[in-house]
Amino acid sequence: MIRSELIQKIADENPHLYQRDVERIVNTIFEEITEAMAEGHRVELRGFGAFSVKKRDARVGRNPRTGDAVQVEEKHVPFFKTGKLLRDRLNGN
Amino acid sequence: MSNKTLTRMDLSEAVFRSVGLSRNDSAQLVESVLQHMSDALVRGEQVKISSFGTFSVREKAARVGRNPKTGEEVPINPRRVLTFRPSHLMKERVAEGNKK
Repeated sequence: MIRSELIQKIADENPHLYQRDVERIVNTIFEEITEAMAEGHRVELRGFGAFSVKKRDARVGRNPRTGDAVQVEEKHVPFFKTGKLLRDRLNGN
Repeated sequence: MSNKTLTRMDLSEAVFRSVGLSRNDSAQLVESVLQHMSDALVRGEQVKISSFGTFSVREKAARVGRNPKTGEEVPINPRRVLTFRPSHLMKERVAEGNKK
């Protein structure tokens, strides 16, 4: 399923809404999650899962082509942990 | 970096502010979005949200695990797990936003 299919499903269920509003709603949800993580927050959606930010320490990496050592700075990466309900549903419980 | 936890309520509040819907309808729509995504994943489909990320279901084979406390061997059944791969855009925004 891709974004446009998700929008279509929501639009089909809500015939009273304009398609452009449905697009806006779906986009707002994903934008809000991304923005929260960009601000260092966590987004916990019970039953579905939680989005959080993990810190990766600075390290000495290596250029795989030349083998040269390069300093890699500390950075933050997005992380998702599946919620219990969804995990159970995936396994038919 | 402040450490706040957002919930469904914050997402529906954002929907409420962006479109002229009631708080109740906004909450209902947030729920529908999560429900449709979950249903697709349970069907084994990949959910690909451009500029956000991709959720995919992976099949894990059965293996023998070990209780780390007792050292006892326990069979781990085959199962399906969900993985999320953030888009480049999300990775960039999260890296930029959390820079010191």
